[in-house]
Order: sequence, then structure tokens, then C-alpha cells
Amino acid sequence: MGAVIVRPDGFVGWRTQSSETKPRETLRGVYQRPLCKWRRAGIGRATYSKLAPYVTLSRETRRARTKMAEKDLTVIAKFMVCRRAYLAPDGQVSRDLPAFASDKGVLIDMYRAMALARSFDLKAVSLQRTGRLGTYATSLGQEAVGVGIASAMRLEDVLLPSYRDNAALLLRGVKLEEILLFWGGDERGNHWSGAPHDFPFCIPVGSQAPHAAGVAYAFKYRKEARVAVCILGDGATSKGDVFEAMNFAGVWKLPVVFVVNNNQWAISVPLRRQTASQTLAQKAIAAGFSGEQVDGNDVIAVRAAVDNAMAMARVGEGPFLIEAVTYRLGDHTTADDASRYRPADEVQEHWKEEPLARLRAYLVRCFNWNKMQEEEVTAECNQRVDAAIQRYLKTAPRAPEAMFDHLYAELPPIYAGQRKEVGDQNA
Amino acid sequence: MPEVTLVEAINLALARALTDDSSVVVFGEDVGVNGGVFRATVGLQQRFGIDRVFDTPLSEALIAGLCVGMAAQGLRPVGEIQFMGFLYPCIDQLVNHASRLRNRTQGRLSCPMVLRTPHGAGIRAPEHHSEATEAMLAHIPGLRVVIPSAPERAYGLLLAAIRDPDPVVYLEPTRIYRAFKNEVEDTGEALPLDVAFLLREGRDVTLISWGAMVKDTLEAAEQLEADGISAEVIDLATLRPYDERTVLESVAKTGRCVVVHEAARTGGFGAEIAALVAERALLSLLAPVIRVTGYDTIIPLPRLERQYMPSVERIVAAARKTWKFAA
Repeated sequence: MGAVIVRPDGFVGWRTQSSETKPRETLRGVYQRPLCKWRRAGIGRATYSKLAPYVTLSRETRRARTKMAEKDLTVIAKFMVCRRAYLAPDGQVSRDLPAFASDKGVLIDMYRAMALARSFDLKAVSLQRTGRLGTYATSLGQEAVGVGIASAMRLEDVLLPSYRDNAALLLRGVKLEEILLFWGGDERGNHWSGAPHDFPFCIPVGSQAPHAAGVAYAFKYRKEARVAVCILGDGATSKGDVFEAMNFAGVWKLPVVFVVNNNQWAISVPLRRQTASQTLAQKAIAAGFSGEQVDGNDVIAVRAAVDNAMAMARVGEGPFLIEAVTYRLGDHTTADDASRYRPADEVQEHWKEEPLARLRAYLVRCFNWNKMQEEEVTAECNQRVDAAIQRYLKTAPRAPEAMFDHLYAELPPIYAGQRKEVGDQNA
Repeated sequence: MPEVTLVEAINLALARALTDDSSVVVFGEDVGVNGGVFRATVGLQQRFGIDRVFDTPLSEALIAGLCVGMAAQGLRPVGEIQFMGFLYPCIDQLVNHASRLRNRTQGRLSCPMVLRTPHGAGIRAPEHHSEATEAMLAHIPGLRVVIPSAPERAYGLLLAAIRDPDPVVYLEPTRIYRAFKNEVEDTGEALPLDVAFLLREGRDVTLISWGAMVKDTLEAAEQLEADGISAEVIDLATLRPYDERTVLESVAKTGRCVVVHEAARTGGFGAEIAALVAERALLSLLAPVIRVTGYDTIIPLPRLERQYMPSVERIVAAARKTWKFAA
């Protein structure tokens, strides 16, 4: 059992003893039943309620303390985090839409881009399941984030994506078969026909954030009106290098926009175990710039937020952080089984909020989007993906010695022997 | 020709690079107003402005990562890490990004950056300020690892590193930052990378070293000369990719090989040289290869650092041993 302790300095708390709860065997493996707070502390509910204000910072306590502070001390800084959302899950509009959303063509293009990403994801997973693609990370349910970002960018801007950002890459001009080539195990996939200065997928989480700062520094140094856009996951916000980059970007007012795709899960770790921060948007505040939360399932909201952030960055107003709140409807990657750690009903609940259905509902309501148009988009996407798959499958592997070809600008003579060796071995 | 110290030569080279190429930017912790804790960047911010020579926040991973981002955008960044003991947060950037950006994009993007950092012990510095972990870096494919051993080579090699189209880690031997002066003409002429320097010709034994230990190795060669042993001294200068031809040709001539470095012995870069000689020059060997190195322990705090580092006496003794093995 846990025990209530009272320290000589008057601190009241309890010693927990969580080991007393035994893991339970279930069909899906070992499952540790979460205990309610007072049972975890090994005390009764009544004692818990009495002690809680002393050991946890409940919202009430925070409020009480703030009140006290305002009475006794001088408040020197206050911060605000705003949230942006336009479309409700049923496609109803909650506030005036941004100007671009009155253009039916723009909305349909965004819808088409999301539909393409989804079709691509589903077919990529079946390729992986049949042994024709390596490990693959889908963006299922998060298509609005990638499409919202990329549709707000100019070709000369630079995108620094993480490994889940296929939807954004496609809109930046990367070919479907090039993405397949990379996940199919061939570096040539990154030698793409998309925006020439965009960075390739970043696999070590968050480590591209300092690159984004460097790219933005180059823009500022050369006085170019270009913006670097870095897409991170919620897990990445726990990393030191991400904050190092934001901090530097703040000091130099760099033209960089950090977008956090908050899909709530970093593989098996839920957001509440990632951070005690109320929002991820507020992480910008410590770096000296603004953060905004946006409904990441509302592509209009994502695009409007990124539009706004980029416009400011472009005119020298400095960096911005956007937290796009969405949900990872799929596994982390094809190598993952989310049912080991995530209840199915949670996923089901989030299907009600997914971005494609939402925009579709809006299109139906306001632009008479009909079944025929819908089927046309689906068929076109499927056809494009199928054709790309055929091109990918027909791409022959590189010659083995080509693994040396881009090691340095010019291969140092010392490695010529090894290059020949790998060629001869596989001749 | 003016005589300058090694750290002054580095300052000269940085100034030259900043003058010649507007894409060169220099940054790190305290490199601006303060001119660097070793004064390697002294006066540069005043001359070239705060956009080109600037202080970063205290964030080593950021410094390396900034280099990658800037380099991919066509700048020529020169980042400084204050001491080698603080380089380790950069390893992620060096291994995962800088060294492979060209390869993973098949040449679409590249990473012409330089990361400078002081190297080695012998200045009675506090803990974590005396590291010599060059072998860790030399193990990374796609990277260049360069370490000068005298002012004139510091100047020429740094210019070469900045002009190189690929990432270079440039190690600066702190012990000889101000130990001696040599003539350096600020001509803007670079020295070749990936090439070892034959500093002294000899017939009987090849002494191979780099960085601050080259000075001691040359002294050892002098002493051996007095004993009638003719030692050849090679400054490896670039550890990756290193100049195996110069090493092999010398060992083929002398038949004896001693490698000198202050880093710990096991897995040190001396092991690579010994392996090369065993693989490719076994039949010209008259004696086993000997490594004269720091010991396989943590570099001690200053009271014992002299005892840890290879001394001239230890180098001479090792060379004599190879000589006696097959006189």
C-alpha cells in the first residue's frame, strides 16, 4: 500500500506503490490496467480529495494560485494561445471562411490532393503487405495537414518534411513512383522531380528542425523573400534539437514556419505521456514567437493558418509555430500494430472527424458536389496510383557499385578499390 | 614572410575565406564580440559584420544542424564547437545528415560545411576540454576529417576545407595553438586534402602522426638521428579519406612503422594504419607495427595528463624497439 507522508517542511503528499498492481494477461498480450488516482496513491478517495491541491496542480489550484499571485505580486507577462477552425466534422461552417475558400476550384484541388494521398497510402500498404515495398508510414487521417501546408507554399520555398508527409510532398511535385522508390529501398527516390531545394524525408525525429533554421538563415542572409517550412510530429516537440532550432529562429527572426502534426501518438506513447504542456502551440512562446493551434482535420483551417504564418515570415516578421491537431488513424508504420496499445473505440471515434469526409460534406452542401464527381475523383486517383506502381515496379535496382557514386562530389582514390570490389562481387 | 602561430593562421584563413567568398559565414558560441575562447575568430565580426560572423545560442546540435541547412542552400558555413568534449551533440547531425545528404539525395543536395573544434590535451584544461576522439569521426563515411600540425598547414588546410564541396570536420590541436610560429604568407592558396605530408625523409623507420603529436614525433626523429636511426615522419593531416599510398610507400622503404596519437589505443586511428600495413605491406615489414598512444583510460585531469600522453621518450623507445627487432 502507499502511505500518506507529511514532511517537516509542511509538505503533504503520499508515497506511491504502483508495483502492487499486477499486469493482466489478455489475448493481445500483457495489459496493465490503469488505476484511478487515489488507488494509484494507495489511499481512499476522500483523503485524495483533501490532499490533491497540495500535490497536483489541478486547474482550480492553478487558478487559485494565479489569483493569489495577482494580489501579492506584479504580473510581468501574460501569453495567449489561439485556436483556428472553420469546418465542423459535419461540414458546417462555424465562422467566416478565408478568401481562398470561396473559390470552388481551390477547394476541389485540395480535396483531390487529399484523396490522392489516401488512395496512395492504401495501395502502398497493400504493396508492403505483399512484399513489394519496405516499411511505410501512412498519413491516414492526417491528409489535411500535408495538403494544407503544401498548398500555402510557393515553389521557391523549402519544405523540410518528416517521414509521414507524403501528402505534402505529392503537392510539391514529387512523383508517386519516386516516393515508392524511396520506401522501396532506393535512394534515387529522393532525387525527385519535386521542388528542387526541398529536403528529403527526415527519419531521425525532429533532427531536421535545425536544418530549417539554417535554410531560413540563408534566405534572410541573401535577402530573399522565401520561407522554410518544417513539419514535425507531436513526439518531436520533446526533442532538444527542435527547441534549439526554434530558439535560434526566435533570436534571429528567421523566415521559418514550424508545423507540428499533432496526431496524438508517437508510436505507442500518447500525447499526455509526451508532455504536460496544455498545448504544443505554446512551445513557441518560450522561443519568443507566436504559436497557434489549428484543427488539423480542417484543411481550410490548416491552409489559412500556414498562409498567415508564411505571409508574416516572408515580410520579416519572423518564425511561427502551428500545432495542427489531428489523429493518426493508422498504425505508426507498416511495421507497427497499434492495437497493442490503443483501444479500437478511440480510433473509431476519430474516424468521425477525418478530413476528407469533412471537406466532402462541405462541398456537397455548398457546391453541389455529387456522387458522379466523387466517383470521378476516386477513379482518377486510383488510376494515377496504379500507373505509378507499375512504373515503380519496373525500375531496375542500381548497379551495386553505384552505392559509392554520391558519397563525395568526387570519389577519393582510396575507395576506388572498394567500389571495384563490390562491382566484381556482384558481376 | 610574417611568422604566425597556428591559431593566428586559422584566423588568417577565416578572414581570407570571408573576403574571397560572400557565401562564407562563421558562427559558434562566443565567436563574435569575444573572438572565440581561443581567439581564433578575433576581429572577424568587426571586419565582416554580424550577419557573417555571429554568436549562436549555447546549442551544439543546432550549430551542426544550421551548417547542414545553410550548406544545402549554397552557403559555405563554418561552425565552431568550443571544445571537442562538447562536440557529441553534433554526432547526430554529422552521422545522420551532413555526411549523407549528398548520397541520400543522389547529388540533388550537398553539404559543403566545416565544423571546427579544438582537439586534444596538454593545456591543463578542465574536465571535458582535452578530448581526442578523432577516430569516432574518421569512422563516418561521407565525412572528411582534417587536422593540421603547424601554422602553414592550418592555413592551407582550412582554406581547402572551406572550399571543399563536402562536409569537413576540422580539428585544431590546442596544445600547439601558440606553441610555435612559422612563416605563413596570406596568399589564399589552399593545400590539398586527403594527402599526407612527408615532413622528414628517412630510411629506417616510418613515424606516422597527426595534430599536436607531430611536433613530438619530429623531436623524436631528431633524437633517433643522433643514435644513427634515420626516421621518416609522416603527418597524416586528413584522417578520412586518408592517404594510404604515402603510408604504404614509406613502410615499403623503411620496413618499420610506429604510429603516434594521443587518443586512447583500442579502436584508435592507429589501429587502422596498423591494419592497412598488415593487409598491404606485410612482406616489407622487418618488425611489428607499434602504436604509441594515450592509454585505454579516461583522459586524466591535468595533474596526470602528461603521463597519459605519448612523450618524445616513448616515441623514441618504440622506434628503437622496431630497430632492435631486426637491426
